[in-house]
Amino acid sequence: MNEKVRMEGIFKRFPGVIANDGVDLDIREGEIHALLGENGAGKTTLMCVLAGIYSPDAGTIQIDGEKALIRSPRDAIRAGIGMVHQHFMLVVPYSVAENVTLGLNKPRFLLNERKLEEEVGKVAQSFGIQVDPHAKIWQLSVGEQQRVEILKSLYRGAKILILDEPTAVLTPQEVRELFVTLRQMAKAGHTLVIISHKLEEVMSLSDRISVMRKGKRIATVNTKDTNPTELARLMVGREMLFELHKEKATPGDEVLSFCNLHALSDKGLPALRDISLSVRSKEIVGIAGVAGNGQRELAEVITGLRSATSGKVLVNGKDVTNNSPRQVIDQGVAHIPEDRKGTGTAPNLCVLDNLMLKCYRVEPFKNGPLLNLGRIREFAVKLIKQFQISTPSLETPVKLLSGGNVQKLILAREIATFSELMIAVHPTRGLDVGATEDVHQMLLEQRSKGAAILLISEDLDELLALSDRIDVIYEGKFMGEVPAQADQIETIGLMMAGKKSEMQQPAPAGIGAQA
Amino acid sequence: MSIFLEKRAQSSRLLSALVPLLAIILALLIGAIIIALSGANPWEAYREMFVGAFGSGYALSETMVKTIPLILCSLGVGIAFRATLWNIGAEGQLYMGAFAAGGIALAFPQGQGWWLIPLMVLASLVGGALWGLIPGLLKAKLNVNEIITSLLLNYVAILWFQYWIYGPWKDPLGYGFPYTAPFGEGAWLPTLAGTRIHLGLAFAVLAALFLYFLLKSTRVGYEIRIIGENPQAARYAGMNIPGTILLVFAISGGLAGLAGMGEVSGVIHRLQPAISPGFGYTAIIIAWLARFNPWLTIAVSFLFGGLLVGGYSLRAFGLSESLVLILQGLILFLLLGGDILTRYSLRWKRSRA
Repeated sequence: MNEKVRMEGIFKRFPGVIANDGVDLDIREGEIHALLGENGAGKTTLMCVLAGIYSPDAGTIQIDGEKALIRSPRDAIRAGIGMVHQHFMLVVPYSVAENVTLGLNKPRFLLNERKLEEEVGKVAQSFGIQVDPHAKIWQLSVGEQQRVEILKSLYRGAKILILDEPTAVLTPQEVRELFVTLRQMAKAGHTLVIISHKLEEVMSLSDRISVMRKGKRIATVNTKDTNPTELARLMVGREMLFELHKEKATPGDEVLSFCNLHALSDKGLPALRDISLSVRSKEIVGIAGVAGNGQRELAEVITGLRSATSGKVLVNGKDVTNNSPRQVIDQGVAHIPEDRKGTGTAPNLCVLDNLMLKCYRVEPFKNGPLLNLGRIREFAVKLIKQFQISTPSLETPVKLLSGGNVQKLILAREIATFSELMIAVHPTRGLDVGATEDVHQMLLEQRSKGAAILLISEDLDELLALSDRIDVIYEGKFMGEVPAQADQIETIGLMMAGKKSEMQQPAPAGIGAQA
Repeated sequence: MSIFLEKRAQSSRLLSALVPLLAIILALLIGAIIIALSGANPWEAYREMFVGAFGSGYALSETMVKTIPLILCSLGVGIAFRATLWNIGAEGQLYMGAFAAGGIALAFPQGQGWWLIPLMVLASLVGGALWGLIPGLLKAKLNVNEIITSLLLNYVAILWFQYWIYGPWKDPLGYGFPYTAPFGEGAWLPTLAGTRIHLGLAFAVLAALFLYFLLKSTRVGYEIRIIGENPQAARYAGMNIPGTILLVFAISGGLAGLAGMGEVSGVIHRLQPAISPGFGYTAIIIAWLARFNPWLTIAVSFLFGGLLVGGYSLRAFGLSESLVLILQGLILFLLLGGDILTRYSLRWKRSRA
């Protein structure tokens, strides 16, 4: 097969992050090429560079062996590249035909709707895409809207089609239909790039797979020569390993338990399907899994930020199902949220304001309706010293701190204000090695002080180092539980890819935990 | 070569202080062009405006009279903006405050008791607050866009106010003019000797103190700041967001209502169809220029009071005082546009060969 696209040394920096760190990638004509990686690995950025949405700080692109200058989506269209974004870019009140022809300057002046619809319908038919050109976008299902997006690119003559997480919003039925369409297109000579973090889907659809991690391309493999376990390992990496001093687990009473929990995602699709687990004091239970399999929803349901559609959550034996976040906090539940700057802090406000986020309404930090600023200040100074948060002052806005220090601030606040249960979601994502180690140490300390900790992470090394037992979540279900031992990594990898564990039963509370 | 905007990692502090100044200067320059096109000398017109606003004791006192309602409305609007609630309804809330206070004054035409003024103050606070709570409730309970509801309610409030003046409350001795009867003197706010500056000035300063204290030292104030900066974090921290929204709208509307009371009880001493040259709208610009800081609000209100009073001097040049509105509009426009520069930086990029 001919080489269709060659990207060399693509480097793209955003304020504060390097999204692409010298990425080379080649894509062959007529193949379905999957770009696999965790959230934030740089997949979407790389493809946005190819589609002319971002211009790279360095690097070159060749199309059909010739150097191509792609500085805008218009250039990309001219070079035959189209991209279907995760969030559709459609004008909702307009018809399919109008959306497909939008911005084409064709016809120049007068619109002949009937003729446009006929034309669009013909193109759709020739690709086997079923959609009514006359329908308005708001009348279409999500799957149909996606077809319109694909059609939009094809109508513009795209030979290379990039799809960003195309199945994220689809039902299984729609996924099957999409795959049929995509395979047909590949057969007809189109080149497809699929951005994904779902192993199973990548395995079943693609010809070759490139794995990205932390802004770099780690490997490119032929799909038929690899397996989900290897892919999972490539995605999460196994590079840093510290010696953590971890005492043997001596679990106490049950602190958190949930059973038969169901919940919906933001898009209204089932995110949690009938999951049950219990966590006892003095133990860390890890939840492993590829991002987007229900981890965020699980943390949100427990902490009251999302409602469960059925099932129960108990904290210290008290039913807190669908309680408000305030009620859950009052039960002594601490939460280290996934999104530090979006949820865990108010980045424009100062260190002091952010440290008092959870304690400001309790004694001794409140004084009737007033704040006891003296006490709060003492408390903040103490935390900064104790947790070694490096900040120029209490008045420094949090957005000026490094990621590691923001995370330490959140941990300090949560540890200082909570007592018994901690829900930690990706606690070290994006942190450097030093800060990661500090955070790990803090979590272990809490464990030995008697806390029950639910640790949700994509980082297998972190899970193995900290947890006492690990449950694997896949499409909102637990695939099984294993003790946190390095020799379990194969099993975990398989379960992350959706294979139910055969040797292990999902452990009922109290059993199978003594690792 | 192409020019594009790049997001700054941190917003520039220097620019965020400079942009308001630049916006004013640039607005004056563009205003000068308009004056020149109208056939007058911009320099002389501006000088006359300045003298008319700040050039004598009388001018200063008149400027201060206009400053009072501006401070109160701007503080009200500012506290809402602080919570990222875009209350555009200060004008209507001002009218509702004036309506409530006026109703009390008219009900006690002979009222001489010490209690009359406090009762009017209370009525105006409640009147403005209730009017503010309508968009507040819709926002808190149904997430209806408060910009639209609060703005549209302005027209409703003004028409309601006028209905009473043209109808039930019309002065029977007024030769058919649309006024109410004058208030009894017991319903007049005391004034500073020899000027029209009334006690409302003290209310305004107290209100600034109150808001400063509220934001800095109370739990509710802290919640307002967090909700304004990051509602997601507020929810995560277990704060009662709908309740806080209601409270902010009540405070915001109450302060505008108090401004209305000051106008009718301190300056006009009766109700008439128009009692505000758009104080509630000018307040939006002031709050923005002052970056929602209570003390800066007082200073900026004084400048805008001067702009209003100075505008009357433009007649001598054959210019309309609507020029003041043009200047105000330009300032806000340039300010909002300029704010982009605090978050983005302009970059030039040479096209690669």
